[in-house]
Amino acid sequence: MAPPANDALVLLRLEGITKRFGALTANGDVSLDLRQGEILALLGENGAGKTTLMIILFGHYVADEGQVLVLGPGGALEELEPGSPHAALDAGIGMVHQHFTLAENLSAFDNILLGTEPLSAIKSARLPARKKLDELMARSGLVVNLDTRISNLSVGEKQRVEILKALYRDARGLVLDEPTAVLTPQESKTLFATLTKLAGDGLGIIFISHKLAEVMASSHRVAVLRGGRKVADLPTEGSSQRQLAELMVGYEITETVREPGTPGAPLFVLTGVAAGHGRDAISDVSLDLRAGEILGIAGVSGNGQTTLARVVSGLETVSAGKLMLEGDELGQVSARQMIDIGLARIPEDRHHDGIVGAMTVSENLAIEGIRKPENQRFGMLRFSAMRERAKGLIKAYDIRCQSEASPARLLSGGNIQKIVLARTLETEPKVVLAAQPSRGLDVGATSDVHKRLLAARARGAGVILISEDLDELMRLSDRIAVIHRGHLSQAEPTEDLDRGKLGLRMAGHDGEEAA
Amino acid sequence: MIEILDILVSENFWAASLRIATPLIFGVIGALICERAGVLNLGIEGIFTAGAMAGWMAVWLGAGLWGGVLVAALAGGLFGLLHAILTVPLGLSQHVSGIGVTLFATSLSYFIYRTALPDVSSPPRIEAFQPLDIPILSDLPFIGPALFQQTSLTFLALILVLATGYVLYRTPLGLAIQAVGDNPSAVESQGLSVYGLRMGAVVVGSSIMALGGAFLTMSAFDAFFFGMVNGRGWICIALTVFASWRPGKALIGALLFGAFDAFQVRLQTEVGSFIPGQVFLMMPYILSIIALIVVARKADYPRALLVPYFRGQR
Repeated sequence: MAPPANDALVLLRLEGITKRFGALTANGDVSLDLRQGEILALLGENGAGKTTLMIILFGHYVADEGQVLVLGPGGALEELEPGSPHAALDAGIGMVHQHFTLAENLSAFDNILLGTEPLSAIKSARLPARKKLDELMARSGLVVNLDTRISNLSVGEKQRVEILKALYRDARGLVLDEPTAVLTPQESKTLFATLTKLAGDGLGIIFISHKLAEVMASSHRVAVLRGGRKVADLPTEGSSQRQLAELMVGYEITETVREPGTPGAPLFVLTGVAAGHGRDAISDVSLDLRAGEILGIAGVSGNGQTTLARVVSGLETVSAGKLMLEGDELGQVSARQMIDIGLARIPEDRHHDGIVGAMTVSENLAIEGIRKPENQRFGMLRFSAMRERAKGLIKAYDIRCQSEASPARLLSGGNIQKIVLARTLETEPKVVLAAQPSRGLDVGATSDVHKRLLAARARGAGVILISEDLDELMRLSDRIAVIHRGHLSQAEPTEDLDRGKLGLRMAGHDGEEAA
Repeated sequence: MIEILDILVSENFWAASLRIATPLIFGVIGALICERAGVLNLGIEGIFTAGAMAGWMAVWLGAGLWGGVLVAALAGGLFGLLHAILTVPLGLSQHVSGIGVTLFATSLSYFIYRTALPDVSSPPRIEAFQPLDIPILSDLPFIGPALFQQTSLTFLALILVLATGYVLYRTPLGLAIQAVGDNPSAVESQGLSVYGLRMGAVVVGSSIMALGGAFLTMSAFDAFFFGMVNGRGWICIALTVFASWRPGKALIGALLFGAFDAFQVRLQTEVGSFIPGQVFLMMPYILSIIALIVVARKADYPRALLVPYFRGQR
């Protein structure tokens, strides 16, 4: 992509930003420039301090050291009042948070207007606002139905409302925090096309990401954060994905490779299963998982994956269809029975369903096998045995924690996932259900998860991999099926598929050659 | 059956319904404003008592009637401020703080009353609000005496319903209050103050609640005595859910309750003595519970109700 001309004005400057939370330094002496018409990617692993840096810029946090400068009306950089989103908005900085900041009970229009009129006004000036927004939507291509309540909008539409919110306030600089985390590949493409267009009109854009492909495709410049410090700031042109990945993690990365395997007999079979209700219901879902294979299930969140995962885990009652394990029909099984007959459950929401935050690491490691003799005797827990076993697992799975006795909630997302992996995979399960196993994890932890799943496959387990990340699915799966609005397509060998095909199916187009 | 019909067609019954509903209208509108902003205010029962005591005492000490109303609103506002400080910036449990405010406000009101009047056995009466005589309207047959011979406070309550509806749905301030009760970060990211909006709503809502108490001493009973609020505050909390946090439905809910109450009093005298009086007293409450079961299952709670907001926390 052609970067803006060299004489483009600097719009925003962060100077020596440092922010500490207790002993943790979230940002250490970070300086950054954003010029008009430039798209800057802020790249880094989770916990690298990207979001902290941006919300300091937007005034939710106050930096311990350093300052934020914004191009003033006189053409010179002026200091921005710290700790005030109001001041940031007035200075023309807009922010699209990862978790949308929209009031669901109001219309899109009301959300955009919120805070733009004095609270003492006895009437809302809606007509001129409407006119300005209509013009904005026509110019930017960001079209939403303004009168719809936010709760009735799709994720992509909500994001457009967020961007419109900033543009309506005449933003000159726009920050987007992981904007593609919730979008389909097609929606992401549209978003970046829009952003490029907006940048062409002079808007300065920063987007936070840890996805290398989109950074390479859609930015002019990349700033890489690692451990709270800026380790690189380079033009996108001339850099490579590999180079950026290594800057991001700080060491050389070895790719996980799926060796060709020989899938065995059908292991776990679902026939015509229906369950759940509402948006996340599934109906007539059939799949056959064979031993020694990874079966990928692609789909955008909220299309029934959660229900499917709950059915497989024994958490959800099926209203039709049957489940079979190794040729035996499973009746109505509970979650514990599923674990006992050999299911490893790696849940989608690892913080909520994967661990008990207030309990220790060792307790969390033992929790699914709490009735086994190694963990209890005559109904009394064997804490010292649990701790010994935990120490071994912490080492084997490289779980970074202070000790096996620290509460699990204090661990980072990647390490929490390692607890889940250690607990479920150590028992050599027959079936592994991995729901969004690398969502939100950084490159290092993701590669760990992938290696563990491939190891389970090599051992002869069947793995169901539910994911939104097409790269992950293509890399790991032997076969891939797509779930859309509760229907699961026939699984096809990965070799016969490509990203484009999958992306279209995830968006609900089932035509083979549909454009 | 005939007796029941007699009750329903008497103008007196309709007038009583509106009169009984008035303090509830104040209370439910006040509670609705607090909850729309995301703060449950269980201080309401105590704030009613404080409003009743403060308004009455101001008039008894020589202030005018409207002066008394103002003092009641101020008293309510102060207890509201206490609740707001505890629950909004400090983020304490809204339940615990609310119950605390109720106990505190009730006891303090009784204490002040007893200190001011240590030796009085029968509560002193004040010259209270009198029913307005509105030309033409009050003279209409049936409708006149049923609806238009009320005191100024009843009309104030009705005006407040309209005003609250207008502010909530038509003004930037109202949108901000709705938003802060649904998703405070939506408000903060648009440069508005979450704490300012929530505390403001709680203080204003509490002032309005206190007017419900003031109505009791300054329009209904003309005196202050212990236990006079008698659960009206709690009823308002339930009515708020019944109303789905909408001012119009809040009015309907309060009127329904008022009608039940007026009806049971009359039924008691009509049907006579073989059913214990307490059964009739229970009736409006039982009907409220049934109404809640029917309506509140679908209730559209403000999503951020009961959830404290801390800046920068994600």
